[in-house]
Amino acid sequence: MLNVNIIKKGIVIDHIKAGSGYKIFKELKLHRAEHSVALLKNVMSDKMNSKDLIKIENEIDLNLDILGIIAPDTTVNIIEEGNIVRKIAVPLPDKVKGTLSCKNPACVSTIENIENVEFTLVDSGNKKYKCEFCDSWTTL
Amino acid sequence: MLKGRSLIEPGDLSLEELQEIFELSEEIVETPAAFKEVCKGKILGSLFYEPSTRTRLSFEAAMYRLGGQVIGFSEASSSSVSKGESIGDTIKTIGCYADIAVMRHPKEGAPKLASKYANFPVINAGDGGHQHPTQTLTDLLTIYLLKNNFLNLKIGLCGDLKFGRTVHSLVKAMSRYHGVEFYFISPPELLIPEYIKAELEQKSYFETTELTEVLPELDILYMTRVQRERFISEEEYLRLRDSYILDKKKLNKAKKEMIVMHPLPRVSEISEEVDADPRAVYFDQARYGMFVRMALIMKLLGVEIDA
Ligand SMILES: [Zn+2]
Repeated sequence: MLNVNIIKKGIVIDHIKAGSGYKIFKELKLHRAEHSVALLKNVMSDKMNSKDLIKIENEIDLNLDILGIIAPDTTVNIIEEGNIVRKIAVPLPDKVKGTLSCKNPACVSTIENIENVEFTLVDSGNKKYKCEFCDSWTTL
Repeated sequence: MLKGRSLIEPGDLSLEELQEIFELSEEIVETPAAFKEVCKGKILGSLFYEPSTRTRLSFEAAMYRLGGQVIGFSEASSSSVSKGESIGDTIKTIGCYADIAVMRHPKEGAPKLASKYANFPVINAGDGGHQHPTQTLTDLLTIYLLKNNFLNLKIGLCGDLKFGRTVHSLVKAMSRYHGVEFYFISPPELLIPEYIKAELEQKSYFETTELTEVLPELDILYMTRVQRERFISEEEYLRLRDSYILDKKKLNKAKKEMIVMHPLPRVSEISEEVDADPRAVYFDQARYGMFVRMALIMKLLGVEIDA
């Protein structure tokens, strides 16, 4: 099996559904990260047969909301001194701020510079969120 | 407590708060002179980012009739917004001069955004195709005054039910009252949207393409414009249009105490011959619109009539 060095300190995003890794990588803007980052695809795993995995060396601020929307069942492992010190389960968030943008061209948020527009989950099956300003529904 | 709050959509108001507003409106209708100085020294900021003469005049008349004054602009090109000022900056500046503001804006959610920056009440006077709460208040007050209450009414809504924001808001607002039944009367192209029906109880509505079929049942007939642009062909438009025009002959089938409402301006959907019928209340409706705005301004400012 392909091996990537075990990291001393950082974050491992585990149990990503095979094929979703790249999307998460992109949405988290990890291609622009200044740390060492590894995206592993199609890693064999007992639990789900095949999974994707992302390793990030050194701590960075992760937008867990984005992660929750793209892949609600992933686990985030915080690594310190080579050991997992914390496991965070990432749920589909009920409310997100600043993560989504409204796709309704008639919405005020498309012309005004508004920080942290709030979206509320309205359809968890389809991961649809409602814009606080125009009430229209949107997805990531 | 309504004092200090903004009104962005009809759902911001509880049934009790609506009742408070209607009771005050009724007092104003009965004795308007008693209210002519209650807002003396107060200023309404009237921010119309797009022209809407009817709504603007109604608000401005409301403020003047309360003894207050009005500042503002009636289209974006005549204001600093044409120079690119943000909504937040505009509303904060207005706050230096005014005690309450009313905003009309082509973009959905603009008044809500303004209310986040304002430390005084902001009233939404229409934001694109989104909300227009004082139109809904106007419709509700008309029903309250002419039907005495909202319970168990049969209301027919006729015309363009697909795109009509006014109709959607009114249905939503009326569905909060017990026993109200809706009759949706429209051509197949302009049916009431599914998401509106989804919020109604199954047995509380009935859909038809024939106005005359349900007219005898109704306590209220709410007419709307059927616009030419909504139809694929001119022929189709002309064929359908006539069946949604209310004239004297059709009105003969209605109850004696039914009322005919319309948000105005009308095009041809109500014949002028109907205007003289006592059941035609659409011009009263416009007047009530001003009274309900007077009551709303008083409540949001927290001013009361001297006992
Ligand atoms: Zn929006």
